[in-house]
Amino acid sequence: MTAALALGDDALVLSHRLGEWAGHAPVLEEEVALANIALDLLGQARTLLSLVGDEDELAYLREERAFRNLQLVEQPNGDFAHTIARQLYFSTYQRLLYGQLAAGDGELTGLAAKAVKEVAYHQDHAEQWTLRLGDGTAESHERMQRACDALWRFTGEMFQPVEGLDVDREALRSAWLESVTTVLKRATLTVPDTADTGAWSAGAGRQGLHTESFGRMLAEMQHLHRSHPGASW
Amino acid sequence: MTAVTAETAAASTYQARFDAAVAADERIEPRDWMPDDYRATLIRQMAQHAHSEIIGMQPEANWITRAPSLRRKAILMAKVQDEAGHGLYLYSATETLGASRDELLDKLHSGRQKYSSIFNYPTLTWADVGAIGWLVDGAAITNQVPLCRCSYGPYARAMVRVCKEESFHQRQGYELLLALSQGTQAQHEMAQDAVNRWWWPSLMMFGPPDDASAHSAQSMAWKIKRHSNDELRQRFVDICVPQAEALGLTLPDPDLRWNEERGHHDFGAIDWEEFRQVLKGNGPCNEQRITQRRRAHEEGAWVREAAAAYAAKSASGGSGAPHESAASEGSGTKSGEAQVEATA
Repeated sequence: MTAALALGDDALVLSHRLGEWAGHAPVLEEEVALANIALDLLGQARTLLSLVGDEDELAYLREERAFRNLQLVEQPNGDFAHTIARQLYFSTYQRLLYGQLAAGDGELTGLAAKAVKEVAYHQDHAEQWTLRLGDGTAESHERMQRACDALWRFTGEMFQPVEGLDVDREALRSAWLESVTTVLKRATLTVPDTADTGAWSAGAGRQGLHTESFGRMLAEMQHLHRSHPGASW
Repeated sequence: MTAVTAETAAASTYQARFDAAVAADERIEPRDWMPDDYRATLIRQMAQHAHSEIIGMQPEANWITRAPSLRRKAILMAKVQDEAGHGLYLYSATETLGASRDELLDKLHSGRQKYSSIFNYPTLTWADVGAIGWLVDGAAITNQVPLCRCSYGPYARAMVRVCKEESFHQRQGYELLLALSQGTQAQHEMAQDAVNRWWWPSLMMFGPPDDASAHSAQSMAWKIKRHSNDELRQRFVDICVPQAEALGLTLPDPDLRWNEERGHHDFGAIDWEEFRQVLKGNGPCNEQRITQRRRAHEEGAWVREAAAAYAAKSASGGSGAPHESAASEGSGTKSGEAQVEATA
């Protein structure tokens, strides 16, 4: 069941990154919002990973080559603009993907139907902040543009084939590009025209090929669980 | 009659009306007249309560990325999110008294207002998350439940909501410690060590002893406070002793024993010198906590400026259409507790 593992890993890893914001957000309302999104994603991850096996074994006892998440979601938080650009790219993808899955009748239909409501909120949150930062001050505009440019090369991976994921990838790609383009333009930002393939080749994260910071993230996430083999928590 | 004496006469009528309302256990509301000192005391206490929620996120958030199971991670994230929410309600409640959130945050960042001394202790192991839930939240609830009947309406109402969520967190903390206590030998030791380190600081959360508490008498007369520090501390000890037994853990106090005559537990002397040092800024994490808070605020300045600039452009019909604020608690926001329950 590679599709559930891939989507579960996306949600797990992005949730972890958002969890790193706790206590560091620019306003209290964002402490609440980012934690809220992180919790939604963690809930999705638990449901998806449980379709594959034991959620904790999968989260805590796999090494980085066995993780199937996109490289996009493992990217470090950076500044608030980086976090928002990552959220914009990913939540737009997730909403379109879950929209398609919810309309089908596969194993992921039920989960997608529930999660699509959550990810609509995540997408709205990311879009609103993209507008504020892009069309806010000169500094915020510059930071937001830099973040959109820097993360662009990780977006192509989202449209690579995933085993067991029955979606119209071409429709997904064009709808994603249209949605992101509309928001970036409204935010007075430029859509990057650089290549959209990541550190390895197309689909790298889905093949277990990750970027360097990911190993360190897993070391932190897994160390306590691994220090007490067989313990229950 | 001169203007001055008319004013004095009016003030004493207001004062009499206020006193009568407090005596009759009526609630004082934001538009009601209140003595300046009552207002100032409430602003100080409520702001410090709000600050404690915000600083209190740090010791627990320290373990979010290392939580040992996904279920525990979800519970902890939800709890930290709830604390940010409590901070928000408490700042709002304080704003009904004429203070602004920005001004209060500024006082926190510059050290002119304090937060609970307990958050100046470090979380060194995973078990500390459980000890904080059980003991620190337990002490907070013991302090806060009587505040649900506080004479100032907005504070009392905020407390009703906060206490519900806190009780839930406390049960989760207890359950976390129970799992450790009944787990492997190493887990049990981790739990005992955490309780050893958090017990005395938790007792200090009730504040100085009654004979050394500067604000107590006036706060009790105003019915902001309903019980003395020592009374609440005793109540807390009496609650904790049987809970510790049920956990299979000991409390680190050789003088702790049941006193048949008093109908309460006697307990050992608190190290008030340590308490004073922590309050003075010399606790293990004072510097770290305030530095992180200031840094988050300073590094977020450009984000807040962007939001303000965008809002101003939208309001003046400039670029960008006006939009519902996604920065405030959005339509998708529910309490962390509800979120974990929904996914459990």
